[in-house]
Amino acid sequence: MKLLLGVGGRTESARALDRTLSRTRETGDDLTVAVFDDGDAASLDDVEARVRDALVSHGVDGEVRRVERDAGSGLVGLAEREGFDRIVLGGGERSPMGKVQVGAVAQYVVVNAPVTVTLVR
Amino acid sequence: MSGGEREFPDEPAGPFPTPPREAVDDERRTIRYRAVGTDLGCETARSALVDMYRAFDPADRAQGIPPSTESAIADWLDAILTDDARNVVAFADATDAAVGHATLVPDGDVYELAIFVLQAYQGAGVGTELLRTALGHGAATGVDRVWLTVERWNGPAVALYRKTGFETDEAESFELEMCLRLAPSQTESTG
Repeated sequence: MKLLLGVGGRTESARALDRTLSRTRETGDDLTVAVFDDGDAASLDDVEARVRDALVSHGVDGEVRRVERDAGSGLVGLAEREGFDRIVLGGGERSPMGKVQVGAVAQYVVVNAPVTVTLVR
Repeated sequence: MSGGEREFPDEPAGPFPTPPREAVDDERRTIRYRAVGTDLGCETARSALVDMYRAFDPADRAQGIPPSTESAIADWLDAILTDDARNVVAFADATDAAVGHATLVPDGDVYELAIFVLQAYQGAGVGTELLRTALGHGAATGVDRVWLTVERWNGPAVALYRKTGFETDEAESFELEMCLRLAPSQTESTG
């Protein structure tokens, strides 16, 4: 399966990255990681460096791309143009109360993607 | 997210009543409102709330809370029944069982609010009194700004929050985000 994993700077993305890489090592899925800006303080360079480190430490091959500008439509467009089967994203963070809050990028992708979307929590 | 990113109203809402107090609901049931830590011991509150949340209808879950299993409920209550949070529990006088719970959980120097009312006590004014009493308890104990999220389709809850003085802010999300300011000097004194 051709997987597109979107990774931003927040904790939810770190969790999605770790879980997806562990799984990809077992399934052998064809993985592309798209780095995007989710408003976190981390720069795209920081996030990309984290992704490359994680690929090495999990022993997984994967192409690393960047979604510049609008992350939601960028991810959906990339999945459409290049025939991805599935988009994987972090599925929200919890508020101090424990309420799940799904971010703007995940909301856009869930509503607009033509392919299956997996939110990792 | 923290308080600094939110737009709180300039004018404080209230005045609000403080616990302990009791009120008769629209179905003539006497409900007692008690603050955890002052009117009610933490362990007593915790066990009453575990019973209440075990009976909670999954349809009334909001953004993943209350959790569904007993162990997850216990973990969640441990996280919100802390010394720096403010919790008010509504008890049905007839059975002494918890039928509602409002909580203000610290988020930096502001507080996140949530309220839950057992299905059989919804639509009878218990939520309104519980919310007002929790805000009164907060105002009397140094809470000055409160925010919450609520699902956009949850019309009765949104109406209750608006009526109480919450204003929506501009956050673009599945949920509506609402904020309220409290003035410590404006609590009502009621029995």
